[in-house]
Amino acid sequence: MKSRVFLAVLCLPWFSLGFPENAHAMHIMEGFLPVQWCGMWTVLALPFLILGFRSANRLVRMKPALKMLLGLAGAFAFVLSALKIPSVTGSCSHMTGTGLGAILFGPAAMTVMGCIVLAFQALLLAHGGLTTLGANTFAMAVAGPFAAYYIYRFLRKIGAPLWLGVFTAAAVGDLTTYLTTSLQLAMAFPAADGGVAASFYKFAGVFAFTQVPLAVSEGLLTVLAVNFLAAHSRQELQDLAFLRKEALQ
Amino acid sequence: MIGFLKNQAAKNLLLVLAVLILAAAPLAVYRGAGFEGADGEAEKVITEVRPGYSPWLDSLWRPPGGEVESLLFALQAALGSGFIGYYFGYQRGKKKQRENC
Repeated sequence: MKSRVFLAVLCLPWFSLGFPENAHAMHIMEGFLPVQWCGMWTVLALPFLILGFRSANRLVRMKPALKMLLGLAGAFAFVLSALKIPSVTGSCSHMTGTGLGAILFGPAAMTVMGCIVLAFQALLLAHGGLTTLGANTFAMAVAGPFAAYYIYRFLRKIGAPLWLGVFTAAAVGDLTTYLTTSLQLAMAFPAADGGVAASFYKFAGVFAFTQVPLAVSEGLLTVLAVNFLAAHSRQELQDLAFLRKEALQ
Repeated sequence: MIGFLKNQAAKNLLLVLAVLILAAAPLAVYRGAGFEGADGEAEKVITEVRPGYSPWLDSLWRPPGGEVESLLFALQAALGSGFIGYYFGYQRGKKKQRENC
């Protein structure tokens, strides 16, 4: 109970800050997803959110020393999602910043963080929306972090170096978010000619293509963050079993 | 140890430079582009695929004007960076203290 209150307090500054942000970039805007799809994505996102609350609570209870690091993962997503960056299509998008937290704390914990970011963006910045919160949460805070987490685990298992695992996980996670958004829109708006596939191709052309250089940037910045953590937070990373003692350079 | 630190700092610097180049290059290449948000573009695709679709709901509140909006974005970035700076400063101080004991 106490830890739950703590978690709420931890989130408070973001709320008041307008955590969110975001941008013109990716999220599906208010009113742009037909009602039945809003409902479906909300139902799909909900179990991950509950799972995430439980896992974050458990972590904070078992290892209170890691609270600051969890805050850092949230702050990282907060900053990256506030920066709209020019891309190769001549339009702007922003990164998600959820990959770092996903590889450190597991993907479900980032579902909670991402959902908070999205909710406040929707409320304070008119980006995304409350009815599309479920769909946007599924894209940015479920699909992205889960992709990042499993890619990281897989690459490390087959012996990829730390930096390569981190880079690929964060970059692919970022891209996965935007591909998921494209798919969500394509399913709701299948083309008269060619159906969902044709429509997906169009939406992905807008979202995912714009996102490619940003995904690379997110990968690079996540490697940078992990470098800093390896230098300044070794103990915490060991507590997370993210780095084994012998794995430290 | 000093060699390693230097080396690491150089690597980190390279990462930052690469990100800056990735962000700046499109500005140089597409000089005429407006660099609007990608979700505005998506709106166009929706109208293309489903002509006549109009959003069934509008946001409860939107920032009055671009300046207020960028204020909120800047605030968000500032708060996040503030916490990140605090975190690493705190960790560094903790480490120094441990080493001095």
